[in-house]
Amino acid sequence: MFSWFGRVSFVPYSKVQDFAVHLRNGYLMGTRCKKCGFQTFPPRADCPECMSDEFEFVEYSGKGKVWTYTRIDAAPTGFDDDVPYTCVVVELEGGGRLLAWSGETLPQDEVKIDMDVQVVPRILEETPDLRVCYTVEQPGATWHKAPEPHLG
Amino acid sequence: MSRVGVIGIGHGVFGRRSDATVQELAFEAFRSAMVDADIGRDDLDASVIAAVPEYHKQRSVAGVVQEYLNLNPKPTWLTEVACSSGSAAIRTGWMAIQSGLHDVVAVIGCQKMTELGTADILALMGRVGEVQWESVFGTTFPGYYAMFATRHMHDFGTKRENLLQVAIKNHYYGARNPNALFQKEITLEKALAADPVASPFNVYDCCANADGAACIILASEEKAKAMAKDKDKVVWLDGVGCATASMSVLKRPNLTGVPSASDAASQAYRQAGVSAKDIKVAEVHDCFTIAELMAYEDLGFCEKGQGGKYIEEEKPYIGKGGVAVNVDGGLKAKGHPIGATGVSMAYEICRQLRGECGERQVPNADVGLTHNVGGIGQYCFVHVFKNS
Repeated sequence: MFSWFGRVSFVPYSKVQDFAVHLRNGYLMGTRCKKCGFQTFPPRADCPECMSDEFEFVEYSGKGKVWTYTRIDAAPTGFDDDVPYTCVVVELEGGGRLLAWSGETLPQDEVKIDMDVQVVPRILEETPDLRVCYTVEQPGATWHKAPEPHLG
Repeated sequence: MSRVGVIGIGHGVFGRRSDATVQELAFEAFRSAMVDADIGRDDLDASVIAAVPEYHKQRSVAGVVQEYLNLNPKPTWLTEVACSSGSAAIRTGWMAIQSGLHDVVAVIGCQKMTELGTADILALMGRVGEVQWESVFGTTFPGYYAMFATRHMHDFGTKRENLLQVAIKNHYYGARNPNALFQKEITLEKALAADPVASPFNVYDCCANADGAACIILASEEKAKAMAKDKDKVVWLDGVGCATASMSVLKRPNLTGVPSASDAASQAYRQAGVSAKDIKVAEVHDCFTIAELMAYEDLGFCEKGQGGKYIEEEKPYIGKGGVAVNVDGGLKAKGHPIGATGVSMAYEICRQLRGECGERQVPNADVGLTHNVGGIGQYCFVHVFKNS
């Protein structure tokens, strides 16, 4: 199921593969260590602090600030038709960072360091297989979300 | 602790070498190092090969190189830590000698990057980052370093022109190096007008893939003194620093420096009993312009945040009062055959410390260093060399 995640997929399996199901349901999830409470994004199954392998998903608001960015003009295989796109690194409320493209509400030339942004879960419907990811949008952006986090 | 000496050095021509296989490239560098050392194969105890395997059709490249150099049945092993594989080979050669296991070791960095077609190269380039959370958004190598540049410009007011001034310097010296891929000077006007790659970079901020090989022969202090025909030619590898940092750009403490570089530098300085002030000439990892600019700071050649000013004042040129940096053209103009690069850096520093660089010679060069970064700093090796 982790193969659902990303604009393309290189990693079909992971111990945190339910992340992709939550993302499809509209939830951006980080992980928390059940033993020492260490919380992070991107999700990881194994605690880097206390070495426990017991973790739980924890909902992230997706609110954050731009840490850095670059507009890609020369793309690798699979992204040739998408240029230019802007990769943005966001420092997340709740701890950790993520990398994603600026989305529809955030024009590429308006991305600036330290600006407030909203990370939004996305289903990319234009592809034949289910494909989910997230984009970086203006604060206040909204999206469809299931009433409760669930793995169905 | 006794020392490890470099008793021979060799270098092939870097570029699109459609005329040669990877083992033939290795042979060019190996032969010239052996001629330089004036020794025979019987004098060698082992070899270390540096190469990044995914570029070669030939699997397990150390085997084919060892055979082609006619070094069987002597031991060999491959080192791979991305773009710093060559320095890793030097480090393990140094370790093998310091452990007492071997006395004389040939270190050969070799890479054939143009064997793959453009489509295969672009696919490989699409997986340079962390593939689970980052590469799935089409990140690229220039893109990663560009994100450092964006942040460095924001935090310290580093100018767009400062980045290209690094490329202009390296092309200036590349034009004077017969082993370089690009032996042509460039102007700021031309550099600014080039095609965009990843903002703020255009093509002149990026080094080029290349084929090539370099070789150095390491020996224990005792053997180096006994074997060297000219004792003054021996260069001593007195500091071998190495550190790592996160694979993922998301996990870095900041994006204005490479923490593994400053860690490796302080180890190497301490071990060699020198400080940044003692360094006369340096080969630094300028895979992208910002990488060299951050290296000035990470290595202590200037204060944090002053890298832009350092190049603007032309301090890294020869005779301008700073440390002469990449006066062989660097990765930018010389080309970057990734397995060979670290050994090529060591070759150049040895030539400088031996006073053999002609119009590119740094006056009074007695202490030099190499700074070889793997990936975006996942690995960094800093080596300090002395000529006495």
